[in-house]
Amino acid sequence: MSKALRADLLRVADMVASGARVLDIGCGDGSLLDYLHRQKQVDGRGIELSMAGVQGAVAQGLSVIQGDADTDLNDYPSGAFDYVILSQTLQATRAPRAVLQNMLRIGRYAIVSFPNFGHWRIRLSLALRGRMPETRTLTYAWYDTPNIHLCTIDDFTDLCRSLNIRVERALTLATDGRVGYFGAAWCANLMGEQAIFLLRHEHRA
Amino acid sequence: MSGASLPGHRLSLEAPLRLDSGVELPGVTIAYQTYGQLNPAKSNAILICHALTGDQFAAEPHPLTGKPGWWDRMAGQGRVLDSDRYFLICANVLGGCMGSTGPSDLRAPGQPWGLGFPVITIADMVRAQVKLIEHLGIDRLFCVIGGSMGGMQVLEWAAHYPDRLFAAVPIATAARHSAQNIAFHEVGRQAIIADPDWCEGAYGTNGRRPQRGLAVARMAAHITYLSEAALHRKFGRNLQRGSLNFDFDADFQVESYLRHQGISFTERFDANSYLYITRAMDYFDLAADHGGVLAHAFVGTKVHFCVLSFSSDWLFPTAESRALVKALNAVAANVSFVEVQSDKGHDAFLLDEPEFHATIAGFLSGAADRLDRQP
Repeated sequence: MSKALRADLLRVADMVASGARVLDIGCGDGSLLDYLHRQKQVDGRGIELSMAGVQGAVAQGLSVIQGDADTDLNDYPSGAFDYVILSQTLQATRAPRAVLQNMLRIGRYAIVSFPNFGHWRIRLSLALRGRMPETRTLTYAWYDTPNIHLCTIDDFTDLCRSLNIRVERALTLATDGRVGYFGAAWCANLMGEQAIFLLRHEHRA
Repeated sequence: MSGASLPGHRLSLEAPLRLDSGVELPGVTIAYQTYGQLNPAKSNAILICHALTGDQFAAEPHPLTGKPGWWDRMAGQGRVLDSDRYFLICANVLGGCMGSTGPSDLRAPGQPWGLGFPVITIADMVRAQVKLIEHLGIDRLFCVIGGSMGGMQVLEWAAHYPDRLFAAVPIATAARHSAQNIAFHEVGRQAIIADPDWCEGAYGTNGRRPQRGLAVARMAAHITYLSEAALHRKFGRNLQRGSLNFDFDADFQVESYLRHQGISFTERFDANSYLYITRAMDYFDLAADHGGVLAHAFVGTKVHFCVLSFSSDWLFPTAESRALVKALNAVAANVSFVEVQSDKGHDAFLLDEPEFHATIAGFLSGAADRLDRQP
């Protein structure tokens, strides 16, 4: 089964080198892993919270376990993977900082994507309507959203700096999936609806 | 009852089998069944490991009871373990009573082993299976699969013979038998031992058999295989004869059901085998064999694992499978894990659970693809 990969996942896939060992956290039904496996011959593993997702992925022949980023990353040994991917999930974790640190402990690189809470539409929505923003990327009402740790691009880069994490590559996406590469950082933080970061620890070769 | 007269294949080991206890067991026979054909590359063999009271008749009617094979829903032509594609092997465990050497066999003419039979372990059962696989000329099994005690054998295979299998599917099992499970087994064993017909295990020659004790053991164990929800759905508080009888006959349908389960079990199983096999499960502790750290049992493993548990299984709860997955992750093993939502309890692995079957089917076909791509 080969479906068209979501635009942001295609950008994530672009960052992964062929033949790498990849851990995809929150891998859903495994479509990114499946794509990486077919197109880039990666040795992929996944973690997914929902049973339906895990079953779908395992039934495709992928190696996926039922679990979550907050609790299960501790089990993995250091340096076990080349890339650890967390797409559109960081904001839903209980302890994003610990998750990020764990990702760069387990993998040489981390790839993180998240909705940018600094996007002008969100700023405007809060400023003008005075209510929690509900947008095309953030569709939940405040009382039932799984997104408990939303951040802006600038917030995220601050966190990386404080953890000695180097940004190797960063790009923003508009809703239509078009890439807007970072020019000025303030511009990205205002104009990017989603952000994708390729990260690496400063002190590791 | 003797398993020696049952139909099917037999392998007689020439050399004694060295057991964990240190005993060299002579004259070991392994009774086994196969389904399908071994391909020329010998790369399509699946070893099915049976549970405590299972046997080698996984995918065909049972020769004693006439009932469908215990894994008829999973294994056979057109099933998930498809005998048109795979070469399926299922052997009666060492210590069993369906043709493989066990305590009901004769150690000398007219003299059954009885309690003279050495205590065996899960590792001993697997040692016998390894001999069988060697006899069949298979260097590496495509997959070893089994539930409950069968899952323990799967883990033993993966831990001690990692080069001899490509994929491992341990289902509703654990890397060690819990205190609670040992306790339940002890209840069963004491029920057998308390039966005067058990005769200190020497019942084989005097025409007596501890049927009542064995039936009670089965009744107690059977409860642990089901969930409260499954029992309630099946029986509730339904009465057997419409009204309470104010006596100790089976008033409730669930009592009648359990009695039937107990009695019919004695027609196909040997009491001493029950003692020995439950003991083997109790002794199983894979971490203890590896310095107390379960992950050490799997260091550097290339085996592809698919671990499955059932949400309502309280005998081998999901927590046991998670502990196993945690250990496998700690060595960056190739592992998939699914907790299947089911209210059927431990027995779910024997029953019609479409999501369970779909998961294994997908895992096997993915594993077969990977095996094909290997140099």
